Amino acid sequence: MQKVQNNKAWWLVLPVFLLVAFSALIPLMTVVNYSVQDIFGPGQAFYVGTEWFKEVLSNERLQDSLIRQFIFSGAVLLIQIPLGIGVALMMPKSGIKGSLCLILLAIPLLIPWNVVGTIWQIFARGDIGLFGWGINQLGIDYNYTGDTLDAWLTVLLMDVWHWTPLVALLCYSGLRAIPEAFYQAAEIDRASKWAVFRYIQLPRLKSVLIIAVLLRFMDSFMIYIEPFVLTGGGPGSSTTFLSQTLTTMAIGQFDLGRAAAFSLIYFLIVLLISWLFFTAITHADKEK
Amino acid sequence: MIAWMNWTPTVAIFFAVIAGILAVMTVFEIVSPCTERKGFLPIATTRGDRLFIGLLSAAYIHLAFLAVSDITLWVALAVSVAWLLVLLRWG
Repeated sequence: MQKVQNNKAWWLVLPVFLLVAFSALIPLMTVVNYSVQDIFGPGQAFYVGTEWFKEVLSNERLQDSLIRQFIFSGAVLLIQIPLGIGVALMMPKSGIKGSLCLILLAIPLLIPWNVVGTIWQIFARGDIGLFGWGINQLGIDYNYTGDTLDAWLTVLLMDVWHWTPLVALLCYSGLRAIPEAFYQAAEIDRASKWAVFRYIQLPRLKSVLIIAVLLRFMDSFMIYIEPFVLTGGGPGSSTTFLSQTLTTMAIGQFDLGRAAAFSLIYFLIVLLISWLFFTAITHADKEK
Repeated sequence: MIAWMNWTPTVAIFFAVIAGILAVMTVFEIVSPCTERKGFLPIATTRGDRLFIGLLSAAYIHLAFLAVSDITLWVALAVSVAWLLVLLRWG
């Protein structure tokens, strides 16, 4: 039988393409355009070439916030991924207890970012906050508004509280997809719990975990509201991450050219890392 | 047209070249569809993949030149184009 080749359906993509062009492509092109100019106001723009890029690349404030951002994202992944797997492994497989766990886990995910920031801002306070007060009562000097380490730990703890459930839910669904026969075979071989985890569960979780790592990386790399509400980027600039530095520059100082150059570099980093993850995912699928 | 939103000739040329590359590659793809193959890159790639890798690395090459040296960016451009061609041919 002759297969009919008709690709006219591709024209149906046109409206979406136009919409994306209008809402994403042209704004992105505008950013590129601004990054080579110094703009003071309407009709007052001066072409400066690559000056902004050069300045942004050698700007210590930006380099510092980039380093902080990588440390933060790295810490988030190192804590949340193993913790999420652990939580998923310990969750009941089915029944009312399973459903209850799912609901409890999903609650932090439903809370808006600024509310999460506010909750932790109060929760971690030494005078009226339960957590901060409790830690202080234990004799540990804890003050997230004054101490850099405390601020970092609080921001990390908040992110772990907010987003580990996502990793756990993803892993849980991955675990449920493993056929029972695998476990029966392992039992016949008298495989230890560790061996079951290492040779059955972990390999089967691979594709879910790649997605979890990608999502958590992207989200933590673009984190803005939570630390902004919790610490305001302080003490000093110790919890000022990339997007906050960018916002201060673009909106606070109205330095459009420099902010645009910085956004492009930010975009290129995100693009490279997403592409690496995407390639890893599609590559893993092909191997199957 | 170019005065609208403060477009500058440099940016216009930049995007025109990218659009041109995409158009040429599309026509090339229709004339002779490519198959996925494995070159010196660790993964099997199509022509479009290699173009994307080439363009992305071109951006990083330019940034690296800006960050560590005062050499004119034309050198970076030449390096990028050479790298893109190598990538498309043997990648």
